[in-house]
Amino acid sequence: MSTQLEHLIDFDGVPIETIHAIFETTEVMAQVLERPVKRVPALQGFTVATLFFEDSTRTRLSFERAARAQSADVMTFARGGSSASKGESLRDTVATLDALHVDAYVVRHPAAGVPRQMAQWTKARIVNAGDGRRAPPTQALLDAYTYRQATGRAFEDTRLVIIGDVAHSRVARSNASLWHALGAEVVLCGPPTLVPPALAALPGVRIETQLDVAMEGAHAVMALRIQRERLTSARLASLAAYTAQYQVNEERLAGAAEDVVVMHPGPLNRDVEIDGALADGPRSLITKQVANGVPVRMAVLYHLLVGKGSR
Amino acid sequence: MSPKATLLDAQELDRALTRIAHEIVEGNKGAENLALVGVHTRGVPIAERLATKIGSFESVTPPVGKLDITLYRDDLTEIALQPVVKKTEVAFDVAGMRLVLCDDVLYTGRTARAALDALIDMGRPAVIQYAVLVDRGHRELPIRADFVGKNVPTRQSEVVKVRLAEIDGADEVVLEELPTP
Repeated sequence: MSTQLEHLIDFDGVPIETIHAIFETTEVMAQVLERPVKRVPALQGFTVATLFFEDSTRTRLSFERAARAQSADVMTFARGGSSASKGESLRDTVATLDALHVDAYVVRHPAAGVPRQMAQWTKARIVNAGDGRRAPPTQALLDAYTYRQATGRAFEDTRLVIIGDVAHSRVARSNASLWHALGAEVVLCGPPTLVPPALAALPGVRIETQLDVAMEGAHAVMALRIQRERLTSARLASLAAYTAQYQVNEERLAGAAEDVVVMHPGPLNRDVEIDGALADGPRSLITKQVANGVPVRMAVLYHLLVGKGSR
Repeated sequence: MSPKATLLDAQELDRALTRIAHEIVEGNKGAENLALVGVHTRGVPIAERLATKIGSFESVTPPVGKLDITLYRDDLTEIALQPVVKKTEVAFDVAGMRLVLCDDVLYTGRTARAALDALIDMGRPAVIQYAVLVDRGHRELPIRADFVGKNVPTRQSEVVKVRLAEIDGADEVVLEELPTP
């Protein structure tokens, strides 16, 4: 069967075999980045454009590196210096860029649904690099890939616990849906004000407000960033109260599996949602998550562009 | 697909590899500094067998690497089916080595071209030579093999099928006719 992606907007409709194939390709791409020549000609002749209507320098650079490491041409669309700031509609912007023969757009936009809408307007491939409150699916892919690479444990035997500001987190939802699709059990945990009960409606997801209960038997613990601006919104009494109840630290891992690993999508609030020593310690996959950013994005671009109908 | 002729049976295939193994050692004046690199999929067992044979009559067994050339193919912008990318496993440093690239069939030469680029991106080998079990002609690039098991004149409507015990359960090389569309 074909492992080609039409677009990567979220995980709806992406066959699980394709996800596994992306993981296999990621391993090869990681090899490429360890060689003296960190470039292969796979995407020679393809053009990838990054369209960021909202700043996210690290995500953008990571995609551009991933495209260039496969010899694709890269165009960067920056909101400030473009006609979008003169009131050009998104649809007209896409039409203009299409005329430049773009094969794939990497899109980040503050409004939810923009990447899906763009897919209706262009024949090029679309990669969602974050829309509205949704995380780029590549983040969840790299989290799951990092876990698989570091532990080798089957997802079917895995319990993932996501802790923190689930309500506002860009990454909690996409990780929950991906890990569930891969066969893992997913537990969401945090103060009731930050974990809306509606999330329990997500398939395969359990909600737990008591950290100790959530931790039981966990194989992977993902701490989410507490955004300090939330403190004013009355959803969080105080940082000290959150830390006392929900900070992920060695002591709190007592009920988890012996070989539990700790993850964080970054950027880190050291000693707030996660204990600094734990984040730097042997259980932590955080530096691996960062390192896997480029190879995962390389694999996604490969699976989008190579094959029938990509141009 | 209908088989038309057996080009090599198991015994002939083994003899061809034995001869190539000797030619490799002769051509390189020994097995020092020598390494074999098999192209996925059937080039890999060929490289492994050649290394074992060389090890049986020389004091050293050359190391074997596995090369996947997918990311170096020249048709990725027009191909219909997305090829599966496999892992390249070359555990030795290729710089300064005498490499023998191994594959089952030499046809257009495009795989060899891709393999050369992939190898050179890993370092700067002293020499790259090319060993194939079957050369079936119809080159599209200026490529030739240094060591050939059997030269077979073919038509482009024909397919050379190499079967190896490690992958296919038995050793043989057969000529088949492509079904007419």
